[in-house]
Amino acid sequence: MNHQHHDHEHSELGEMELRVRALETVLAQKGYIDPAALDVLIDTYQTKIGPRNGARVVARAWADPAYRDWLLRDATAAIASLGYSGRQGEHMVVLENTPQRHHMVVCTLCSCYPWPVLGLPPTWYKSAPYRSRAVKDPRGVLADFGVDLPESTEIRVADSTAEVRYLVLPMRPTGTEGFSEAQLAELVTRDAMIGTGLPRGRAA
Amino acid sequence: MSDMSYLSHADLGGQHNADRVLPEAEGDLFHADWEPRALAVTLAMGATGSWNIDTSRAARETLRDYARLGYYQIWIEALERLLIERGLASADELTAGRSLRPGPQVTRVLRADDVAAVLARGSPTERPAGTPARFKPGDQVRTRSLRVAHHTRLPGYAHGKQGVVESVHGVHVFADAHAQGLGEQPQWLYRVAFSGPALWGDETAPGLSVSLDAWDSYLEPAA
Repeated sequence: MNHQHHDHEHSELGEMELRVRALETVLAQKGYIDPAALDVLIDTYQTKIGPRNGARVVARAWADPAYRDWLLRDATAAIASLGYSGRQGEHMVVLENTPQRHHMVVCTLCSCYPWPVLGLPPTWYKSAPYRSRAVKDPRGVLADFGVDLPESTEIRVADSTAEVRYLVLPMRPTGTEGFSEAQLAELVTRDAMIGTGLPRGRAA
Repeated sequence: MSDMSYLSHADLGGQHNADRVLPEAEGDLFHADWEPRALAVTLAMGATGSWNIDTSRAARETLRDYARLGYYQIWIEALERLLIERGLASADELTAGRSLRPGPQVTRVLRADDVAAVLARGSPTERPAGTPARFKPGDQVRTRSLRVAHHTRLPGYAHGKQGVVESVHGVHVFADAHAQGLGEQPQWLYRVAFSGPALWGDETAPGLSVSLDAWDSYLEPAA
């Protein structure tokens, strides 16, 4: 599957453009879809539902030990309390990184991903190299992201094979005492919440 | 078993792949103008209730060209296939780019005003438990080793492997049955962890373990 690269042939792009437009027209004419709803769906995932939601969850967990405990005990409820719930995040589990243990999330069978907190999955998450290699060679995958963990760190990969969705709670960077939740959230990258990256700032 | 007709091209875990993973910036959601439309039309048709998410996954993973297609291409190809199979649209209409005859009614149509509420509700798969769970955290289990001739969510790399139950997720809609239109047939769902050596033998990376979510019927007790 070379289509993780973005250099699709132009003719193919043109063909897909026409094909999707045709599909949309047929379904709208039959009354199965409301074109205005499509616009709202796209706007939602472009401007409202994305990894900044997850970053706020992580920042709250870093700032508030009681929230962290709740998040690890009942992630679905703790995340919903911040206003994030629903499609592709109906049943949430949070995996906490420690100095001894690093978590990484994959869906080897398709592209399962926690949409309410991370939005749409990036292309690489859905690609054959990631899905093939994550469960067998996670350190090789981390190297592709420029991440090198101590040899002694255990790596636990979670394959999302059912309707449970996983969010990684990364370690809070050192030197962030006194940071506000908003400042903390800025340190939290999407990849850190998948486990293919680390938060910005100095490692703990 | 080579006589089995159901073939998934999506079961990629552990397959040899020498390609690098190509990181992407956070805002890089789409790579062509048609991709957001493909996403939206797929979600909107899903919301009609004409099929379920497991049916969609089965339609996608059995596409002959799966390995050659980009992800949103896979979605569109599978969507067209489902529409034709369900008699909601026909190939000549998709080619013509317009409706040529009235189709059957769908149960629901997703309206713009309802999008936020429908997304926020989602489709929870947990169901009330009718029986106690067979396994508890710490139990040793073995996954089934046989391939099945239908959609399933037990990846090939985890067939016939011994692991340990890490947590119990409750009773959930059984994807294998749901994908085949056989109803929800909910089962207990467990998070099961496998050591690197249990999965990959001598080839394992040091300090590796992999967990996956397995329905009760994927598992047997192990000593």
